[in-house]
Amino acid sequence: MLNCKQASELLSQALDRNITLREKFSLRLHLLICGGCNNFSKQIQVMREACRSYLEK
Amino acid sequence: MIQVELPDINNLQEQRNYLLRYAMLQLRDPHLAEDVVQETFLVAVENRDKFSGQSTLRTWLTGILKHKILDLRRKQRRESVLPNADDRQDPLENISIESFDDTGHWISPPQTWSNPSLSFENQKFWEVFEQCNQRMPLNCAQAFMMREFMDLSTAEICKELAISTTNCWVLLHRARLALRECLDLQWFGRK
Repeated sequence: MLNCKQASELLSQALDRNITLREKFSLRLHLLICGGCNNFSKQIQVMREACRSYLEK
Repeated sequence: MIQVELPDINNLQEQRNYLLRYAMLQLRDPHLAEDVVQETFLVAVENRDKFSGQSTLRTWLTGILKHKILDLRRKQRRESVLPNADDRQDPLENISIESFDDTGHWISPPQTWSNPSLSFENQKFWEVFEQCNQRMPLNCAQAFMMREFMDLSTAEICKELAISTTNCWVLLHRARLALRECLDLQWFGRK
């Protein structure tokens, strides 16, 4: 079972590489029960969009 | 009627501002940023035949600027002006320690950011965003800028910084934790 640190590492890596099915599965299990990591997941997406938008401004 | 295309000075000024912002974000030094932007314009003028008009002028100029920044970085690393990207004793070690407790749980779990797209419309948000990027620990920032602003792959970043893939992921993760925390403290958590 992943802890939040590991889950956040995987969420971050998912932006940089294709994570494996196994990793996806354990991530999904963790996200089912963890609000903090759910928010982290959304926020790193927002940050990526922000980086793109910053350059487009 | 014959139309003569005059160089649009306003447009050039606008491009210049954009390129400066781009360079500042990555170099954190107004003089260095000024230098690379000037060099970029020189290269652009010398190679103006190569500008096909297929991409926008901005994209073309940014492409040149990227190379200039990467060149400068390489030079700095050779001359050891820049800390090594996998330097062990960096203060950012604290970030992952501070974000999580001993059992790997969030010390203060991320809360919802309400309506980020609305923030994108707000000039103040972008000032905070800029500051937070500048505050990021330098070796994380190098990897993060290459990834998010230069759109390099992890493999390319590893090659540029001469670090392992694992180390690159660690740096990117820390960079994201740092940026997230800063945006949360300075912007989203405040509203």
